[in-house]
Amino acid sequence: MQTEDDTGPSDSPRQHARAAELEFRNVSKRYPGADKPALRDLSFKVPAGEICVLVGPSGCGKTTAMRMVNRMIDITEGDILLDGKSVLGRKPSELRREIGYVIQQIGLFPHLSIGDNIATVPRLLGWDRKRIDARVDELLELISLPEETKDRYPAEVSGGQRQRVGVARALAADPPLMLMDEPFGAIDPITRERLQNEFLRLQETLRKTIVFVTHDIDEAIKMGDRIAIMREGGVLVQYDTPERILAEPADEFVARFVGLDRGLKRLALSRLADLSLDDADSVRDGTPAPGQADPDRVVFVDAQSRPVGRLGRDREPEPIGPVGSPDTSLRDALSLIMSDGNRPLVVVDADGAVAGVARLEVIAGALAIHNGRDASTEMRS
Amino acid sequence: MHLLIAAGAPVIPNFGGASDKCAVNNGFFCWNWFTQHWGSTFGPAVVQHIVLTVIAVGIGFVIAFALALLAYRFSVLETPISGISSFLYTIPSLALFQILVPFTGLTRLTVEIALVSYTLLLLFRNIITGLREVPEDVRDAARGMGLTQRQILLRIDLPLAVPAIFAGLRVATVTTISLATVAAFVVDEGLGAPIFDAISRSGFKTEFVAAAALAILLAWVADFLLVALQRLVAPWAAKRRSSLVPRSVVRAIRGRRRPISAVREA
Repeated sequence: MQTEDDTGPSDSPRQHARAAELEFRNVSKRYPGADKPALRDLSFKVPAGEICVLVGPSGCGKTTAMRMVNRMIDITEGDILLDGKSVLGRKPSELRREIGYVIQQIGLFPHLSIGDNIATVPRLLGWDRKRIDARVDELLELISLPEETKDRYPAEVSGGQRQRVGVARALAADPPLMLMDEPFGAIDPITRERLQNEFLRLQETLRKTIVFVTHDIDEAIKMGDRIAIMREGGVLVQYDTPERILAEPADEFVARFVGLDRGLKRLALSRLADLSLDDADSVRDGTPAPGQADPDRVVFVDAQSRPVGRLGRDREPEPIGPVGSPDTSLRDALSLIMSDGNRPLVVVDADGAVAGVARLEVIAGALAIHNGRDASTEMRS
Repeated sequence: MHLLIAAGAPVIPNFGGASDKCAVNNGFFCWNWFTQHWGSTFGPAVVQHIVLTVIAVGIGFVIAFALALLAYRFSVLETPISGISSFLYTIPSLALFQILVPFTGLTRLTVEIALVSYTLLLLFRNIITGLREVPEDVRDAARGMGLTQRQILLRIDLPLAVPAIFAGLRVATVTTISLATVAAFVVDEGLGAPIFDAISRSGFKTEFVAAAALAILLAWVADFLLVALQRLVAPWAAKRRSSLVPRSVVRAIRGRRRPISAVREA
């Protein structure tokens, strides 16, 4: 505990992000009395700082696999290594203090204030009071909760806030690895989406190694740098990046699990910024030059080059409809184009100025390009 | 027999010292007589009653707490412990005194053994229920963050069981205060003594009305003090209740109030 204090994180996680590489090595789990193993010969590596999503139908052993990492469940065979060191030689309670732990029901301690909840692991590690106070304040800021929330009890804050506190509590001692078991599972869809986005933004600065369990393939695709797809009986079927799992499902099971709309899901992974746009014909004043080659590319703009209108089907000017931004996903862009009679989508840059137009063919072509790039540049792990 | 005879011919205790019309007529409650006998009879009886109760609930709590921890750790023990304390609870108190007197005599010990054995079931059941009702996710989170079994018990399970434990303490205390009046069959102590005296000897109404009223008052005060103590020990439980249940009520009231004040301002 003392060494943890000495070599532990400095005051800011943003500057001193630590992350560990995680490796499952031929891990099996058999429960006494069960005729089939719960996990069969699981082997994969999660590079430091990446989110690995374990996904699969219920009974596939994804939660079991996750809980073996911090030894909440004993390993029957094989080994799990953290930065090359086996977790088996460690005292479970000490190992767990170095691994963030978030569960679906959150499990905040109802008798402790939000601040005391967050301070749980630092207290176990024997940090001094000043350091704990500073850390709690910092984490509250990180999860954008007002400071006075510190003295509230969990029952006094909203479900979304409780979930954020659960994440903050897991991050408190700046662990190199986080385990998250369906952390956004019990939350309404709108709040879930917000929390997912918040968490991804957080992860951009924290760069933790994260094992994330879910049964929702869309969440897996959204959150994961890598996805491990498991099936009943504790078998790992495919371990890959979301792009590759969508582009090249390893077998019928994966193809069915990711769904028939996997093409659309792949489009959701790319943004308009990844696309080469066609130039728009910006018209600042008056009417477009007669004999315009492609009326669909004509965009009327104001003095700041912001789109104000375009040519309608009847070749008459009409007000501008929805426009895309570099952050718009290709899936959303496709949807906008198709609901606008397949006309190219006008795309604006960060300042709102016209950047170009995205054509249906170019978006459809992006799928093919992804296939080619993935196959040639990325080796399967 | 005594009761019938006594009822026929009331004997005013300490008669003559300060008798008034009420006392002479054996009124339902004679305030003057009561105040005159506070120092000699009722005051000491209240103190004795409190002592009897505190010892019984205190010892009962210690035993029940130890048994509950044992049953919590080794769940096979829960059924036998529960069975034995239920059995003790069902023995009629007078019969239990009868059984104990040959061994422990007409002593306070006899009384306390009986009173303690009646608190066991209430306290044990509430403590073990409180411990078992700690939400599984809370315990899982605690274990997953690296609390040891001992730390989980001391920092999570027991604090969260406090409301249930206090619920048990309140029932046990009120029950014991009521039961301790029966102690007068064995020893001349507590608020049972004046009641017993009124029934068996004097037939003087004020004597047992006052003692019974004091016993009830004592039970109320004890209950109130325990509630206050719980608020102090587990402030979160009150917050939880007030924030979960009446929040909708609060909102309804606020929602109704706002338009009214708006109208007034306009």
